[in-house]
Amino acid sequence: MTQYIIRRLLYSLPLLMGVNILTFVLFFVVNSPDDMARMQLGQKHVTEQAIANWKQQHGYDVPLLWNNGAQGEKKITDTIFYQKSVGLFLFRFGVSESGRNIGADIKERAWPSLAVALPTLMVGLLVNICSALMMVLFRNSYVAKDGVYAASRSGSGAALEHAGIVLCVILMSISSLFYIIGGQFVIGKVLRLVPISGYDDGMAAIKFLVLPVLIGVFSGIGSGARWYRTLFLEEVGKDYVRTARAKGLSETQTLFRHVLPNAMIPILTGVVVVLPQLFMGSLIMESFFSIPGLGSYTIDAINSQDFATVRAMVFLGSVLYMIGLLLTDISYTLVDPRVRLS
Amino acid sequence: MIILWTDALIYLLIAVMLALGLYLRGKEHIQRPLQQIGCNKIGMVSLVVLLFFVLIGLLDSVHFKPADDKQNEIVSLLDYWATPLREHGEKTYSAPFATTLYSKEMMMLEDGSMQWGYPRLEFGGRHLTNPETETIPDILQKALYGWAQGASLIVFFIFLMWTLSAERYQRLTGNSTAKAVLAVVFVIVSCSYALIYLSGYYHVFGTDKVGEDVFYQAVKSIRTGLVIGTLTTLIMLPMAIIFGILAGFFRGWVDDIIQYIYTTLNSIPGVLLIAASILMVQVYMANHEADFTSVIVRADMRLLFLCMILGVTSWTGLCRLLRAETLKLREMEYVQAASALGVKQGAILLRHILPNVMHIVLISVVLDFSSLVLAEAVLSYINIGVDPTSYSWGNMINGARLEMAREPIVWWSLTAAFVFMFALVLAANLFADVVQDAFDPRRSGNE
Amino acid sequence: MNNPILAIEHLSVTFNYRQTVVDDISFAIHAGETFALVGESGSGKSITALSVLRLLPNNARLKAEAIKLNGDDLLKRSEFELCKIRGRRIGFIFQDPMSSLNPVMTIGSQIEEVIKLHFDLPRDALKQRALELLQQVEIPAPQQRIKDYPHQLSGGQRQRVMIAIALAGKPDLLIADEPTTSLDVTIQAQILALLKNIQQQTGMALWLISHDLALVSSIADRVAVMQQGKIVETGATAEFFSQPKHPYTRKLLNALPSMQSCLTHSAEEKPPLLQVSDFYCYYPIRKGLFKRIVDYVRAVDGVSFNIQQGKTLALVGESGCGKTTLGKSLLNLIPGSGRVVINGVELNALSGEALRQQRANIQIVFQDPFSSMNPRMLVGDIIAEGIRALHPKLSPEQRKARVGQLLQQVDLPEDSALRYPHEFSGGQRQRICIARALAVDPKLIVCDEPTSALDVSVQAQIIQLLKTLQQEKGVSYLFITHDLAVVAEIADDVAVMYKGKIIEQGSVAEILTQPKQAYTKKLLAAVPVLEVGQSADKR
Repeated sequence: MTQYIIRRLLYSLPLLMGVNILTFVLFFVVNSPDDMARMQLGQKHVTEQAIANWKQQHGYDVPLLWNNGAQGEKKITDTIFYQKSVGLFLFRFGVSESGRNIGADIKERAWPSLAVALPTLMVGLLVNICSALMMVLFRNSYVAKDGVYAASRSGSGAALEHAGIVLCVILMSISSLFYIIGGQFVIGKVLRLVPISGYDDGMAAIKFLVLPVLIGVFSGIGSGARWYRTLFLEEVGKDYVRTARAKGLSETQTLFRHVLPNAMIPILTGVVVVLPQLFMGSLIMESFFSIPGLGSYTIDAINSQDFATVRAMVFLGSVLYMIGLLLTDISYTLVDPRVRLS
Repeated sequence: MIILWTDALIYLLIAVMLALGLYLRGKEHIQRPLQQIGCNKIGMVSLVVLLFFVLIGLLDSVHFKPADDKQNEIVSLLDYWATPLREHGEKTYSAPFATTLYSKEMMMLEDGSMQWGYPRLEFGGRHLTNPETETIPDILQKALYGWAQGASLIVFFIFLMWTLSAERYQRLTGNSTAKAVLAVVFVIVSCSYALIYLSGYYHVFGTDKVGEDVFYQAVKSIRTGLVIGTLTTLIMLPMAIIFGILAGFFRGWVDDIIQYIYTTLNSIPGVLLIAASILMVQVYMANHEADFTSVIVRADMRLLFLCMILGVTSWTGLCRLLRAETLKLREMEYVQAASALGVKQGAILLRHILPNVMHIVLISVVLDFSSLVLAEAVLSYINIGVDPTSYSWGNMINGARLEMAREPIVWWSLTAAFVFMFALVLAANLFADVVQDAFDPRRSGNE
Repeated sequence: MNNPILAIEHLSVTFNYRQTVVDDISFAIHAGETFALVGESGSGKSITALSVLRLLPNNARLKAEAIKLNGDDLLKRSEFELCKIRGRRIGFIFQDPMSSLNPVMTIGSQIEEVIKLHFDLPRDALKQRALELLQQVEIPAPQQRIKDYPHQLSGGQRQRVMIAIALAGKPDLLIADEPTTSLDVTIQAQILALLKNIQQQTGMALWLISHDLALVSSIADRVAVMQQGKIVETGATAEFFSQPKHPYTRKLLNALPSMQSCLTHSAEEKPPLLQVSDFYCYYPIRKGLFKRIVDYVRAVDGVSFNIQQGKTLALVGESGCGKTTLGKSLLNLIPGSGRVVINGVELNALSGEALRQQRANIQIVFQDPFSSMNPRMLVGDIIAEGIRALHPKLSPEQRKARVGQLLQQVDLPEDSALRYPHEFSGGQRQRICIARALAVDPKLIVCDEPTSALDVSVQAQIIQLLKTLQQEKGVSYLFITHDLAVVAEIADDVAVMYKGKIIEQGSVAEILTQPKQAYTKKLLAAVPVLEVGQSADKR
């Protein structure tokens, strides 16, 4: 187990290196630091001196990969690639193009993100599983008529199930933007139940969090419930379910005691993989509700074309993803007795 | 005629689809699921809706420079037919079917005095002399007239079909799916006739901030949505298929490398990768302004880049599925029998592996379509989507969002974008569901 | 006899409103007896059993006058009431114990679940009862095993757990649906003995469903034969096997391979075609931080054997003994090491193109006729594939003619070439596979359990076909099987494989009549046979 984790951690190093190289190519090779400087300082009428100053301020005044002018190991270390990469790997994100400390910003803004994303995920999970279970429960009802018995798919239960699926498809065909706009309009503006947007520290944040969480959950029901339903149905078709029914368990008991634990394995591990990434927040949610999380931080960075911040967020995102993968593997061993790490 | 980059790719896509259709025409394993789709009412109805959208998108993909044009402007066939709509701009917001502007301003009356009030629109309802009383009867009358035109056209075609081959026609109408399809075609054609006819006199969905007709914007956005939904797939398919199959079939170091590539790409949050790439494209475009002469070429290039980037970020999912399936298939006994018979590896890949993973490819293509259309709106909202000057539902929403705070609220841009997007995505989702039922061997078992 | 414990009256089951699987059948099972329902696959025997407890799949519709359990009509019982009968009055054992047990629950809790459902017992008593049941089904060290998950048990033990679950409700009737089909012969015999034993202890009725007439003959009191949804013959076992009345029953009995037939083979020596010496096939086990190889799974552990020209060597062993691995690695489908000489050419020294050219010499026919053909290809293209690869110079016409000829040789109509594999039955598919192997004129065909997925009557036809082809073409077979009865029918020589090694080899008569190794004796003893008198007068 420990060996497995160590090996996975070692394996994630080349992956992070790959991410680093990819972002380096995107940010520095496709467009030179000169281009960026021009972009930051305004397109036209930029003097060479201004560009040089900007580059020096942000540490872009050294060569990209190989410093011919330097001595010894400085040939490698005195380059943009080396300096920027080492900083990332040590989680020293440096300063943004506008001069703020990125590391401190991230630390501060991760919590509001989590405060929105975690409840959304948890409540969403619960709601989706419940609605999927309901659809599966409606599915089978034995109908006896004139000596003919069938596990009917035409009874009222089946009709309800069908209505459920159609509703799911309709819900998932609506863009999340409309859920947000509609939710803000109806709940925030017409009914005036909660503030439309904003954020506050501590417990005062709750009134600001209700609406985004609610909308986040609601916009996920369509696809989530449908996906879980297929997972449940896959399990329902298996042989051990028939055994359970042959034991004398009722449909509901079978569903809760046998189908649910088995279907929860893929569901839970699917949740675990995104858990670390919850820190990253949701881009549109946070920007619509002006929550000072990492999501809106990223959007601001994108909109102000702040390369240092975007680079830091890309790196952070991939580190969290890899932690998520590792957690997934570990959680498999916890919930599925068949899986053992080696 | 001018062929933009995305146009060329759309033509290529159509050619590929036609070729594929010809190649698979006689194959029985394709025919059976197709028949199953053909018998499904929901599937066929949503297909008709999709085809209607595709038709509009195609009309919008034939670009040329009008002969009588003074400005250096490229228009599409759709623009050409919708010239009145395109040119009937107002000053600013106006509600659907309104005859006056949405906001009060100082206007000069005939007698030369100034008055604070709602000025008449320049084009919407211009033909009416007394808007307060005449508007509603006029709208109804024109709608009915347009509707009747469309309806009679359809009835005429049905009649034509009936006279040409009465027997076949009867077989067709005997089945309920065909009836549903005919009904939907009837509704679509007659209603769009009514809309087109009305839009000559009114702004049916109102106008936006700069006075542009919202109906025109929504229709133009169809192409953007379709392009993103389809071209992205076209770009990512070769990568996903080749890498996925090779990784699964050869295993060993090939598999290691391909897995490394897609895990790396996967580990970067998709939105951030897109944002980073779009930022780079923006910088590149800003520095090479000379290469992008007209606005439409520029917007087109950015659309293409967006498709490419979306393709790069989305191939990993399909690639992983295909790898897993190939791993399973290569242990199948018919693959082993083929290698025992001395069939070369390339031939095994082409003859045994590829045809047996195609259903996965097909299902993922139709499933991805709707999510890509939805993604476009979100990306445009964070300004990393299509060019702000091009028409897209995302841009429409983005523009309208700022007016939500206005009293009374400007709702029509949002509504128009919502209705069009919802129709397209719903049709695509329903169709994808039916396709999945028909082609997924696991699904056919339990349904 | 007293009143029947279970009486089924005029039961029909249809699938999807059109496909009738069970067609108006009636029969009764009496208390304490063992009733066997026999039929080939698809005859509707399992569906009949599932109908009693209404466990049918969703697309099935059941119609019956009455299904009476101790005179109480189950059809009149609601779903809720039926739950009190399932598991309590009727126990059910399914075919595949691996998939029929819940993989994420311990076996103890799966047994306790039934007891808790039907009896009002305190917690300690529950566990005590579960332990008793595990003891009853003869699971060693039940105290430790009770906390195990199904995947930690062997196949035989899993089936024992299934039996324990079925017994937990102290049922009056135990339905066993092919309880031994997925198990090895020796385990099969143990499970049957256990079932018989338990039945004697508890006095319950046992309804055994099987495709295996020989197996049934040793355990059942009464036998019924089912064909295409109808019961064609019912009778007491002794009577049934000595005087079968229905032609279908007679056909089934005649199709049974007989252990005696081995005596008829000639012992004439022929020059060797294939020589295998010191053949190994190891899989590395990797462990630790850098996945170093710490040990090997010895799938094939140093085997040597010869196959003579135009003769058949049967490779016998239980599942997991490495016989299939050996067969596949002879064809280089799985890497192996050792000397393999066929027809004077040393195969293991070749690679790449040279190896590809030699592939014509040795071909393979697989066990599962459904996964061994590409569902997307026409039968003609499947057969022609080898010709295209190894004889690229043949013109399309010549190829087509050759395919026609091959189809004729395996007794299939010539128009089969233009159809898809799924249009054929299992037996026909196996014929196509044989034609595919024959297409490149091999000297040796590795037959990897080619008949074990087929019904008895079809099995006999395929064996006959293989024999005929051997006489006509002089092709040799390496016949991999677990079924000693089939070995007697077809083989000239036998090699017995156990844990990767060949422990005994010799002529078929030698091995089957005078086995030397204890393991071989055990294998032979476990084979279910009809009474000798019966099989003698059948020949």
